[in-house]
Amino acid sequence: MSVELDVFVGNTTIMDKEVYQLWLNGYTVNDAVTLRIEGGVMEECEVLLSDTMDQYRTFQMCERLLHHPAKLANQLLFQIPPDRQAMLIERYYAFDDLFVREVLGKKLSKGTKKDLDDVSSKTGVMLKSCRRQFDNFKRVFKVVEELKGPLVENIRQHFLLPDQLARDYAAIVFFANNRFETGKKKLLYLTFQDFAFCAGQLINNWTLGAVDNMMEDMDVDLDKEFLQDLKDLKILITDKDLLDQHKSLVCTALRGKTNVLNEMEANFKNLSRGLVNIAAKLINAKDVRDFFIDLVEKFIEPCRSDKWTSVDVNLYLTHYTNSAHILDTFKHHSVWTRYMGVIKSCILKMYHE
Amino acid sequence: MPGKLKAKIVAGRHLPVMDRASDLTDAFVEVKFGNVTFKTDVYPKSLNPQWNSEWFKFEVDDEDLQDEPLQITVLDHDTYSANDAIGKVYIDIDPLLCSEAATVISGWLPIYDTIHGIRGEINVLVKVDLFNDLNRFRQSSCGVKFFCTTSIPRCYRAVMIHGFVEELVVNEDPEYQWIDRIRTPRASNEARQRLIFLMSGELQRKIGLKVLEMGGNAVVGYLQCFDLEGESGLVVRAIGTACTLEKISTLPATATLPSNSSPSKDIKEPVFGEEGPGVPLSSGPPTPLRAQTFSSFSPSKSYSRQSSSSDTELSLTPKTARIFLSPSTPALESESSSLPSVHLPHHFRPGMASWSSTPPPLHVSQSDTAMLRKSVSFSEELLLAASGMGSGGSAGKEAGPLKALLRQQTQSALEQREYPFFTLTSFPPGFLLHLGGVVSARSVKLLDRIHNPDEPETRDAWWEEIRQEIKSHTKALGCHAVVGYSESTSICEEVCILSASGTAAILSSRFMQDGPLETDHRLSRQPLVFSTGSERVDGDMGSTASLGFEEMVPPGCEFCHIPYDELNIPFPAQLTYCCCCRRYKVPDVLFTTIDLPTEANITGKGCLIQARLCRTKKKAQGEGNAMAISNLLPFLEYELHTQLMNKLKLRGMNALFGLRIQISVGETMLLGLASATGVYLTALPSPGGIQVSGKTPSDITYEQHISNMQKKINDTIAKNKEVYEINPPEVVEEIIGSPIPEPRQRSRLFRSHSESSDEVSEIDLSHGKKDAFVLEIDDTDAVEDIHALLTDSPTPAGFYSCNTEIMPGIQNWTSAIQMFTSVRVFRLNNVNLTNQGLNKVFSDLCENLLKSLYFKLRSLVPCCLCHLNFTVAIPEDELIQVAVTAVAMSFDKELTLENGKQSGDKSLKKENDEQLQFNLELNAEMSSSNLSSPKGLTEVGSHPSAKDRCSSWIEQLRLKAHTIRRGSVKTTSSLEKASPLPEGRSRSLRSNRSYSGSSVAVVRMTPLSFIPGAKIIKYLGIINMFFIRETTSLKEEGGVSGFLHTFIAEVFAMVRAHVAALGGNAVVSYSMKECVFMENPNKNQAQCLINVSGDAVIFVRESEVEAASVHPQSAATQTSNGEGT
Repeated sequence: MSVELDVFVGNTTIMDKEVYQLWLNGYTVNDAVTLRIEGGVMEECEVLLSDTMDQYRTFQMCERLLHHPAKLANQLLFQIPPDRQAMLIERYYAFDDLFVREVLGKKLSKGTKKDLDDVSSKTGVMLKSCRRQFDNFKRVFKVVEELKGPLVENIRQHFLLPDQLARDYAAIVFFANNRFETGKKKLLYLTFQDFAFCAGQLINNWTLGAVDNMMEDMDVDLDKEFLQDLKDLKILITDKDLLDQHKSLVCTALRGKTNVLNEMEANFKNLSRGLVNIAAKLINAKDVRDFFIDLVEKFIEPCRSDKWTSVDVNLYLTHYTNSAHILDTFKHHSVWTRYMGVIKSCILKMYHE
Repeated sequence: MPGKLKAKIVAGRHLPVMDRASDLTDAFVEVKFGNVTFKTDVYPKSLNPQWNSEWFKFEVDDEDLQDEPLQITVLDHDTYSANDAIGKVYIDIDPLLCSEAATVISGWLPIYDTIHGIRGEINVLVKVDLFNDLNRFRQSSCGVKFFCTTSIPRCYRAVMIHGFVEELVVNEDPEYQWIDRIRTPRASNEARQRLIFLMSGELQRKIGLKVLEMGGNAVVGYLQCFDLEGESGLVVRAIGTACTLEKISTLPATATLPSNSSPSKDIKEPVFGEEGPGVPLSSGPPTPLRAQTFSSFSPSKSYSRQSSSSDTELSLTPKTARIFLSPSTPALESESSSLPSVHLPHHFRPGMASWSSTPPPLHVSQSDTAMLRKSVSFSEELLLAASGMGSGGSAGKEAGPLKALLRQQTQSALEQREYPFFTLTSFPPGFLLHLGGVVSARSVKLLDRIHNPDEPETRDAWWEEIRQEIKSHTKALGCHAVVGYSESTSICEEVCILSASGTAAILSSRFMQDGPLETDHRLSRQPLVFSTGSERVDGDMGSTASLGFEEMVPPGCEFCHIPYDELNIPFPAQLTYCCCCRRYKVPDVLFTTIDLPTEANITGKGCLIQARLCRTKKKAQGEGNAMAISNLLPFLEYELHTQLMNKLKLRGMNALFGLRIQISVGETMLLGLASATGVYLTALPSPGGIQVSGKTPSDITYEQHISNMQKKINDTIAKNKEVYEINPPEVVEEIIGSPIPEPRQRSRLFRSHSESSDEVSEIDLSHGKKDAFVLEIDDTDAVEDIHALLTDSPTPAGFYSCNTEIMPGIQNWTSAIQMFTSVRVFRLNNVNLTNQGLNKVFSDLCENLLKSLYFKLRSLVPCCLCHLNFTVAIPEDELIQVAVTAVAMSFDKELTLENGKQSGDKSLKKENDEQLQFNLELNAEMSSSNLSSPKGLTEVGSHPSAKDRCSSWIEQLRLKAHTIRRGSVKTTSSLEKASPLPEGRSRSLRSNRSYSGSSVAVVRMTPLSFIPGAKIIKYLGIINMFFIRETTSLKEEGGVSGFLHTFIAEVFAMVRAHVAALGGNAVVSYSMKECVFMENPNKNQAQCLINVSGDAVIFVRESEVEAASVHPQSAATQTSNGEGT
């Protein structure tokens, strides 16, 4: 004796948030039932099984709609209250920070997808869930890639995501597009949120869309012209006078405000060279990829070994940026501001004491 | 040539990819009606084509308009090969044929394919220009309104209830024609769908004709069923109750007319209509007779007519009317001279007679009533009278052929009185006088091929037999009418069980006799009622109750009083004096098929009670099989009855409402499922407990076992009484029989066996002495019974359930409703099951299903599952299928009042006041809303009732997506609020429908006739849809469950879309009448047929009606602001 068929269809589609999460997390029906019993919703296995299967079926039917969230609002098959729709979308597009950290900056290709089982075992996120998240990244990437206009706004509109989530996706898309290296050992201490913040800075300041709100602006790529201009900053390290002048200005300003003044003074030339070299090289796509590793190697690590505090770093960078404007022969003020503004906030975010 | 059908194909969206190469589709559309087909251009390479076609015009007979659906086929153009069909949409034109229903069909409708399901949507516009046909030999019946609702629809009042109408049409089933062997499954399914559309159209038209003949203008409680008889054909049959309905005008006289103080206002109070069909307050249904002899002159009538111009109100034919009109009219005109149209003859309402200052009519009326008193002593005269009147009434519209018709109609009325049946299940208070009990009849028939589809005589004769039997049972119970009447079939191979059941009743003859007195009473009451401000009365039962004639009716117990002669009881029953009035005798238990009358006095709450039974049967063929089944039937019914009785006692209740016994036949078994809602009627005596007694009380352990069981039972009864809050006021009564259970008083069951062996007759509720309900454990059967009794798992806390419209004892519904359908199929792998084993399996199946439902709906707690409608079937040898459709409604726990009636009164008065205000403001609002084509986006700002999260989310989502979301809950309803006039409303709706409009209107669905917290303002027509879905890739679609899940969701979606296209926002009285599921897992195939029906309506939230009346202006300005989105 067995139940051959068992369905429940409501005029308003009934969806249990808890079961939805289990489904998203990639649990099988049976695992989900076990978890639910442990959760204490109900002890009768039969009832739970029936309910879980039903919900899973519903989610599966909804899934193709969730791939195009705008469709969810004007499809006729399921009558879902708007707040539920928003919940479904938000959770479907939510991702595990651990997982995203693994694929951040990687090419969203079939090859990467094949390696997801490794990622799964490494992060403890179920493979099914990894695939969903990966496909989400890829889908968002594909849609946004071709679109004009501000990246975050595009994502928010096309996928009806809440603001924060849209920003995160923008970061993921941005990283994937520019293929930033994030997997090196030295970078492992950084969280996804650190990178997401940096991506936001880069998108807001270094892309074409940042300066120019016109139709053709693209948020995904860095502003080539700007990268070109960055080469001019080299003068700060190539011109010996300028370098010395810069150093003395910074050190004077810092006097009495920090405990690591000596180290700052000693390291000034190294650090300055590091930062300006990063700027000058950004015109090469390959060096763009190494942007974060360069920041860590050329700036963060030296400071950390000298036991600077975040306050010190902040102080140093502030004066380092400002002093350059006082230099007589330095002409590239706007480029410098645009560059250092991002560098400063990125470094501060990435500087974990 | 009385009709022009116009259709325009606007656009498509979400079309499937038909061309793999380009991932696009070259779509075009064929629009077909009858034999005429139009085509749109091909819209190349798009999944969202914009055809924006011209208007395709079909000039057709109204007969065809009624029969045929508009068929829209979407195809993919292919240059080299045949064009591929994407899918079809069938549109039922019927709602457009009635002036009071929808005016246009416009919206996104799912494109449906029987193999692939829904494949995108199409936006269409459909209109009908109808020219009135005055031909008396016409075959069409346009304009007759159909309602699935089994009570008088909410915004109507019944002027007259004419009685029973039935019809059936037969045809060959395309699935069984020879051609089916060579055509594709798709073609075969489509042929079937189309045929059934045609047949139900034809059926509806024919029923409409009968209604017109009887003089009615509507069918209420319309129940249409399909019998898929396989080889022998396809039968579509329908029953209903013909009525003359009158729309309750939405504008009270005070709002529109200057003559506030004129006496016309008193008349305006719908003295009569409010009482609804039964006209209980006055001299019963005498209306017709009087109306014929002298006509009305009520100015009030003209008012309401003016105000709701779309009404197809009955007006009396001048021939009969004028004679008396002439004297009275001038007098009236002088009184309310502001009305130019007063002198139109109108049909009459008795109350006016006495009011009138013109002596002759008054006189006539009285003598008439006197005559009536004599004649209406029996319901059949009543009905005759009724149809007589009706014919006069309806003739007003097509005055020409009236006389000839009249004669015919009288005749047909005579025929009609054969069946004083009513498919209604709830009635205006006072209409039901006494209830006798359930009457039912069954008959087992062998199907044979229907040779001539035009002469469906055999099927007609079968039903005739059954109805006659019902009638004779009714007589035996001393009753003259059957209410809550329904018919059903169960077919297995060539055997068919026909069943009919209803409740024997006596209808308001008492009021007829009290006629003149009544009139006096009314006169004195009028000012009073007026002062309460409730001029406007809706068809709502509650409202009628509030108008307070309790003073004449004993407090809600009258219907319990026995209709039969006490000394000549048709079956052994235990009678006591009524616990309410102590004057009349009542039975100890009452079983009925109707809803609990609103005036009924009950104690505590009700609950769902089910009796389930499974009986094995030997496989047999033909005659022998039929014989075997008919031999089994009596036992089945007997046991179901015993189970019901036991379970009723176990819950400490004494009456069942909404009883529905379903017997389903399979090859090797019979299933019986009886569902009802148990209540404790205060008028009936308190039920005694159940006493268990052993037959051979020799063994000590045996005794102990029994006493254990007894204790368990007693505990359960005590617990149930607590759960259902049954604590009847202890009354000192003349006790007949001792309160201590008398042993050996086994319940008896009355069954009148007719001679023919293939028929089984009524079950009746009767059993032994009052307090003595004894279960003898003398065999295993009884042990099983008790086990079954005790294993019913209790409803979880916070849940109630019933299978009637409303849960007795709960009033405070919130607006949260959730309609659902659940289907389970159970496979019995073990062939050698005993009856007991089968019983247990079946019972567990139902119990588990209920448990699942409670679990699913736990978020709605406290809530009640209403109208829990179980349907059982045996689709295959070892399969049992159970389908449930019901609605979960949550209620306010704190406010679950015992004195619900009083609160009901208050809220009603309040509501009426609101209504009045609302209408007063209407003019101002109308003008502004007309100007600004309201988009109704009131939720944006100041609308204070936009408090729910829903609307705020809509806002958010809209901001995010920049898409239009016109059809949120909030917006749709505020839209209605903005322009309550039907015409204006639909126009504005249409103008709002932008083609790109990516919005889905929320459509509520409920099997009930109402929506809690809302007011139905318009009925848009009947929804009656039939779909077939088939798959040859069952596994890929998620197995049987996945397949059916999708299909049911698709059916819901299509119902919602069609309702929204009609301009509606809800379906009431929704039911899934057929769900035939067949599978062949080995071939990876499955097929399913679903038939659903309901009434499409527009409702407005009561809170919004209020809001509208307070801030009509601001709402209007807001709506214009919202235009831009």
